[in-house]
Amino acid sequence: MSVKITTRQVGDVSVMDASGRITLGEGASSFRETLRELVSKGNKKLLLNLADVSYIDSSGIGELVSGFTTVTNQQGQLKLLNLTKRVRDLLQITKLYTVFEVFDDETAAVRSFS
Amino acid sequence: MQPRVSGMSEGKNDRNGNLETLLESTLDSVDAAEALVLKAASDVGFTEDDLHEIGMAVREAMVNAVVHGNRYNFNKKVHLNVAKQPDQLQVRITDEGAGFDQSHVPNPLEEENLLRQSGRGLLLIQAFVDEFEMHHVPPLGTEVKMVKYRKPS
Repeated sequence: MSVKITTRQVGDVSVMDASGRITLGEGASSFRETLRELVSKGNKKLLLNLADVSYIDSSGIGELVSGFTTVTNQQGQLKLLNLTKRVRDLLQITKLYTVFEVFDDETAAVRSFS
Repeated sequence: MQPRVSGMSEGKNDRNGNLETLLESTLDSVDAAEALVLKAASDVGFTEDDLHEIGMAVREAMVNAVVHGNRYNFNKKVHLNVAKQPDQLQVRITDEGAGFDQSHVPNPLEEENLLRQSGRGLLLIQAFVDEFEMHHVPPLGTEVKMVKYRKPS
């Protein structure tokens, strides 16, 4: 089982809807490639919707962090939406919960992009 | 009779249902180990949340063994031992690599390391199990021992 990511635009914000598992192997690399493609096309406002991501391992977290760094280094923003309790716990254990901006509401999330 | 699981080369259960098996150094083995350990953990009677944590810890330890310990070397195996007791599960995962010095892993919780792409596996394992030990066990490589207690309901 891997991850499936579909992308949609809400104004000038690219929302990535992910479902499945972001783990070492296909899942993590799929995520990395989707993000890379969006950034290469000039998308600087990225919102990752993790409502249907049931599972992330440390490699998946690594890809989230790597994506965040890539986007930020290009003066863009990557934010997170709809974390499950398990993913939220992981981000807290790894002290990344305060690094990312996290939202429970898509409208508020989209509005937050400058 | 041991079911054939992708990534598993041989294995046996002893009288107590404790499992000892050898796994290939592939990512399939990570899935295989998780499935085997979760089966044992279900037998012990862990909660859903505990099963999730056990699965995560096992996956992280297996990835370390396959990727870092054995470096996907076809000639090196990962040794998996699972021991069930009424109130706990013990899992040992041993690679055949060169051994590992944990002090060489930057602490992922330190400010300057928060945005590193890798290095969080051991942190997660320790967050999810009750006991954690790691040793170099020549002639094999690194052994990770994890114990999770079943809380009384």
